[in-house]
Amino acid sequence: MEFPIRAGADSAPPSPERRRRLLRALRAVLPAGALLSHVEELRPYECDGLSAYRRLPLAVALPDTVAQVQAVMRLCARERVPVIARGAGTGLSGGALPRPDALLLSLARFDRILAIDPVNRVARVQPGVRNQAVSEAAAVHDLYYAPDPSSQIACTIGGNVAENAGGIHCLKYGLTVHNLVALSVVTVDGERLELGSAALDAPGYDLTALLTGSEGMLAVIVEATVRLLPRPERAQVMLGAFARIEDAGAAVAAIIGHGLIPAGLELMDRLAIRAAEDFVHAGYPTDAAAILLCELDGTNEEVSERIWAVRRLMLECGAVAVRTAQTEAERRRMWLGRKAAFPAVGRLAPDYYCMDGTIPRRALPEVLHRIGELSEEYGLAVANVFHAGDGNLHPLILYDANRPGELERAEDFGARILELCVAAGGTITGEHGVGVEKIDSMCSQFAAPELAQFHAVKAAFDPNGLLNPGKAVPTLHRCAELGAMHVHGGRVPFPELERF
Amino acid sequence: MDGADLSEALAAAVGTAYRDGTALCIRGAGTRAFYGRTPTGAPLEVGGHRGVVDYEPTELVVTARAGTPLDEIETVLAANGQHLAFEPPRFGPGSTLGGAVASGLSGPRRPYCGAVRDFVLGVRIVNGRGEILRFGGRVMKNVAGYDLSRLMAGSLGTLGVLLEVSLKVLPQPAAACTLILECDSAKALYLANRWAATPVPLDAVAWHGGKLYVRVAGAEAGVEAACRHIGGERAAECDTFWRELRDHHHPFLAAPGPLWRLSLPPGAPQPELSGDWLLDWGGAQRWLRSAEPDGRIRAAAAALGGHAARFRGGAREDEAFQPLPPALFALHRRLKDAFDPKRILNPGRLYRDL
Repeated sequence: MEFPIRAGADSAPPSPERRRRLLRALRAVLPAGALLSHVEELRPYECDGLSAYRRLPLAVALPDTVAQVQAVMRLCARERVPVIARGAGTGLSGGALPRPDALLLSLARFDRILAIDPVNRVARVQPGVRNQAVSEAAAVHDLYYAPDPSSQIACTIGGNVAENAGGIHCLKYGLTVHNLVALSVVTVDGERLELGSAALDAPGYDLTALLTGSEGMLAVIVEATVRLLPRPERAQVMLGAFARIEDAGAAVAAIIGHGLIPAGLELMDRLAIRAAEDFVHAGYPTDAAAILLCELDGTNEEVSERIWAVRRLMLECGAVAVRTAQTEAERRRMWLGRKAAFPAVGRLAPDYYCMDGTIPRRALPEVLHRIGELSEEYGLAVANVFHAGDGNLHPLILYDANRPGELERAEDFGARILELCVAAGGTITGEHGVGVEKIDSMCSQFAAPELAQFHAVKAAFDPNGLLNPGKAVPTLHRCAELGAMHVHGGRVPFPELERF
Repeated sequence: MDGADLSEALAAAVGTAYRDGTALCIRGAGTRAFYGRTPTGAPLEVGGHRGVVDYEPTELVVTARAGTPLDEIETVLAANGQHLAFEPPRFGPGSTLGGAVASGLSGPRRPYCGAVRDFVLGVRIVNGRGEILRFGGRVMKNVAGYDLSRLMAGSLGTLGVLLEVSLKVLPQPAAACTLILECDSAKALYLANRWAATPVPLDAVAWHGGKLYVRVAGAEAGVEAACRHIGGERAAECDTFWRELRDHHHPFLAAPGPLWRLSLPPGAPQPELSGDWLLDWGGAQRWLRSAEPDGRIRAAAAALGGHAARFRGGAREDEAFQPLPPALFALHRRLKDAFDPKRILNPGRLYRDL
């Protein structure tokens, strides 16, 4: 089933004659087979991980050299054709959603790891390299790339940079922006720029940071140099079960207040626990109101010392049981339940809608309480999974799109949750990006002069607004449209990927 | 908490300067006045805009006004066993949070925990039109809108007047130990990069005068194991050494005469430049006293994949920082205009035509 397209001031496709002319010009700068233009070829590109929104692009370009990217950009700038860059298309906010008047620029053929430098602990990679492939290539040196978004077996570095992708190890190891040292980009008029440097900083403005999370609005990434870290000697997971969700929240505060920074700290509520347990039998206590998963890593000595501290703190906060994984198999099983939480919840209802707000941790009990009240008000159940370490909340709203009005209710409910996050001092998106999905919610987070400043920055890179138009930052007069990540009957574009 | 909120007055002052086209020189405690090109313009004093406005230890976030002295923030954090992990240099008494963020400088722990820009979560600024704007937030993860808060780090006040900054804070390590080994600079670079590729809890690595200083920090047991692994002599007291290195009170850094900062890939060999060296950041930040011409120093740094800044002293009417390629500099100018269309905020401080 497809949902109507709601986001983005839509644009008409070019006239058949202009389209023919553009395709001819594009073919001239691309190798054979690198331009797709028939409807059946374009269909696989009609959406990204946010499958509720689907549109066909004008055409898809698949260049394999930077020179070709530059030629395509020059041509499109001259012809005023919008360009939308796309990596693996696993994004959850519609950042790579096509438009009928825009060329979709796929970076999929830039899939080479150019250099691994074990002395300086960096890897220079093309944007189409899969996230996990970087760690695999660095493994011979006992090094790895820390950011681990749940889609890491498929998502690519270019997309990770564009969205500032996170993962479950952010609290200790940071987001993409903290693990990136340099970028090579092509500007809207085809100029290649080197940002950052092989050193730890670069002269001038920190444009590497600015480009990270800019959702393809400022430039096209053609190369990235990422930081590699030494593999920890040991990693160990503990599971604490709590009779009250407030106690689990208190345990999070106690662990952090005690000076411990776990590699991962994840909280699940009762509905999420039961769904995960039914689905993958992770050994979770189904009578618990909440569980806390805590991963500690470091040297052997450090981990031993910290396990005891975390165990004691969890018990002091009212944990009814605390278990430490004794074997690698048990560790994997404990994580499996958490990592399978999204598909597990997806079995409880025909559809679910995943939110991505971030809140100060202290607001957790209040926000969860309000979500519970809203759940009753809207008559829709919610399962909560929470990157508790960094305050990133993923409420999953259950609904049935085949029931009239339920989709709209889920969307309204979701928008109310985001307003709640902003009111609690948080943000509408922690790691999934704004894209088309949350463009309206940007208006609840930013005032008009702030949005105007965003547009001024955009214009400094892209004066004619040709890069990924209509995404990420709403125009001042258009702050009203709604969107969402809807999953119908578990049929997402990448059902095999973990989502957490 | 004590302090004063001068946001409206500062915004009004910038608004007036915008209408009149008056250049402003943003000034906190003035401890970084030596940095960059010579400051010009009418002083805009932000030192009175001070005070910690929000701090909840279990959130790992502190928010303070830009004029707040770093020492005041550290005192509040230390009472809860936390600190600013990037070790912002002070250079002098009263050194402020705003100056620490605007200069973008970080202390000895930087390679192992991140730079000031890595800890910035959100800012409130006055742009060059006199508008008060808020970007980022007080939470760890936030991808709504462009990341304009990190962009402020190191921009030397040329994009906006910082009013308020939210920073991630971290627990102070439970234990730390400094080891001293005798070796030359080549061996120091080799060892620093070899250790950094293993899970040893490195916390700072510097070399000067034939001595390699290695600080390890973390859990008690982990530090003990690391000390045995690294070897060398355990220093009885080393806080002074690291603090003097951080604040440039170390005799090598405090001496008169031009001081160059070379930012290089940590494993890069020593550039072939005559002069005396002090290495920090495990080799990624190298301080140089040299009579070599500017152009030669910059070329040597660039050849190794890095860049050089005339950090202190010398001809301040010349460029202090490595010149940018023309297309990149043109983008810098457009960005400057996007925030500060009349170029009234710290004009010429970062680059002559910016």
